Amino acid sequence: MGTISLKNISKSFGSTQVLNNLNVDINDGEFLTLVGPSGCGKSTLLRIIAGLEQQTSGDVLIDNKNVNRVRASERDLAMVFQSYALYPHLTVRRNLETPLRLRDYNAFERLPLIGNFSPSKKEKTESINQLVNKTSETLKISELLDRKPGQLSGGQRQRVALGRAMVREPVAFLMDEPLSNLDAALRVHMRSELSELHNSLKTTFVYVTHDQAEALTMSSRMAVMIDGNLLQLDTPQEVYDNPSSLSVAQFVGSPKINIFKGTSDSSGTVSFLNVNLKRKSSESNTDLHIGIRPEHLEITNESNENTFSGTVAYRENLGSDIFFHVNIEDGSNKIIVRGLPQLTHQISNGSSVNIKRVSDKALLFNQAGMRVQFTNA
Amino acid sequence: MEAKQYIGEGWKHAILIIGAIVVMLPFYMMVSMSLKSQQEIQSISGGLIGAQETQTFPVCVKTGYSEETCTMKPYQYNYWFAFEKAPIPRYLMNGVIVTLSIFIIQVLVALPCAYALAKLRFYGREFVFSMVLFCLLIPVHGIALPLYVMLAQAGLVDTYSALILPWTISVFGIFLMRQFFMTVPDELIDAARMDGMGEYAIVWKVMLPTAIPALLAFAIFSVVAHWNDYFWPRMVITGNRDLFTPPLGIREFRGGIDSDEFGPMMASIVTVTVPLIVAFIIAQKRFIEGITLTGMK
Repeated sequence: MGTISLKNISKSFGSTQVLNNLNVDINDGEFLTLVGPSGCGKSTLLRIIAGLEQQTSGDVLIDNKNVNRVRASERDLAMVFQSYALYPHLTVRRNLETPLRLRDYNAFERLPLIGNFSPSKKEKTESINQLVNKTSETLKISELLDRKPGQLSGGQRQRVALGRAMVREPVAFLMDEPLSNLDAALRVHMRSELSELHNSLKTTFVYVTHDQAEALTMSSRMAVMIDGNLLQLDTPQEVYDNPSSLSVAQFVGSPKINIFKGTSDSSGTVSFLNVNLKRKSSESNTDLHIGIRPEHLEITNESNENTFSGTVAYRENLGSDIFFHVNIEDGSNKIIVRGLPQLTHQISNGSSVNIKRVSDKALLFNQAGMRVQFTNA
Repeated sequence: MEAKQYIGEGWKHAILIIGAIVVMLPFYMMVSMSLKSQQEIQSISGGLIGAQETQTFPVCVKTGYSEETCTMKPYQYNYWFAFEKAPIPRYLMNGVIVTLSIFIIQVLVALPCAYALAKLRFYGREFVFSMVLFCLLIPVHGIALPLYVMLAQAGLVDTYSALILPWTISVFGIFLMRQFFMTVPDELIDAARMDGMGEYAIVWKVMLPTAIPALLAFAIFSVVAHWNDYFWPRMVITGNRDLFTPPLGIREFRGGIDSDEFGPMMASIVTVTVPLIVAFIIAQKRFIEGITLTGMK
């Protein structure tokens, strides 16, 4: 079992409110990602779950037991840190053994030399060795066991840090941006490895990251946090397709979603620039933000009431896609449009282009940044 | 490398060599005098080791040894007589007992203090740390008299305790280790807490091993200062020769009826200095190897 519930968690450092009345229920075996820009309080939340930080108010429940007064080491959680935090003076083997020694040996058995006289120690040492060997085989670090952390590469240290968390077979893993110190290629590779690891361990993972790509690719659910508030908690696809607010829509997705200024008339019909969406908003007679993701805009040769035009300011070629940064003609906006290379390779910086939207993909937000639904009338 | 660069490097080396000579010269004199006979020392002749002629030493005879015993080569005589006249091994042992006790207790006190000041959040931490800094400004000699009076009241004058106790809390040690601990990442400590270590276990099993280089630096300061200290032992060891530390021991060779016996005196000084130099050379190697925090990032 590994369910974690956070009930009305608030945290302030002095007069600064860092977390604002958060409620999260994490299911057993789930890969939950806490994602948000830096400084949004996601790491603090993770540290509160771990017991390294005390919440100002609210309850943390692990497997339905209140652990507010339980020390970090007794919560049976394991944490992987951004800097890996391996003991620099111990070999990899000793690094992996440390949590087990502290858990399994009693105070007498931990004493140097005379601890060896304890009759039960041999048996415990045997089982610790087995666990360490098993874990290092799973993570393919068996040949590194006698080295010190200083002699390992970043990716190897990452594995050892994972191993140190795994040996204890905790009820849940807490990970604080574990991939952010790796180079780009390795990071992408480790994403899939972590997902596989999660599938085989079937343990709860709580994963903190500022990288929305990691959140989208790995998690079963993601919690988007901004400024200490939990804005949306849902599956990655749902968060991407149906963001609950403008901030979530802008944070999730790369390149960023395009935001147009639009209006709804008295009947609720929404329009922006010269384009009429031909759909009605539930809020009529007001200014709206209209969000359209780059892949929902197309460069076209047509020029009609469904298109608008602009000048290409910058052409970003990613190989599989080309993103065009386009200045819209009335000068109000700079937007990003995705184009397929085979159709758009002849378009260069400075060209003027017509842009068409894919219908039914626009997202509406009101002036307060909250999501507004279309009425299907 | 071009000729110009050679000249530039040459200048640097020339200056460094002059500096080295200035520093080394007293040591050269010390070693040289510990090997030569009294006449050679006084006439400043004989180079480094003198002629080493077998001779009979009058001071030795005056002290009551037979003429036969007192006939030997100068270097033998100097070292033999130094050890005969004063119980130098006893002084050296006292030095070891005192400096090691001081250093060990200083570490036992300074490490937890430094850890608390660097890594724990508690009310009044900044005030406590400012008091530590304030204590750095107090000169030892300023508080020597009150300290002596307190030790005398406690009946501790002429004991090892008098030599050790006043130095067991080293604010310099606390300050130095605190500065080092500030550089240890918080995540390492959090990881240890997650693994189940208590705060004391963190100090001894995580902070101590990572702090070895800083601790060695502190060890050199502490051991050298207390091994060479003359002022304090002179105050609190008033009569008992069995408690003399090496610097007090050297004083045995100062003046008197048989005054100006420079040979044995220098021999005793060499004996007292050598352990420190050896210890420093060993520590220096560890210094450079040092356990770095490269495993962290």
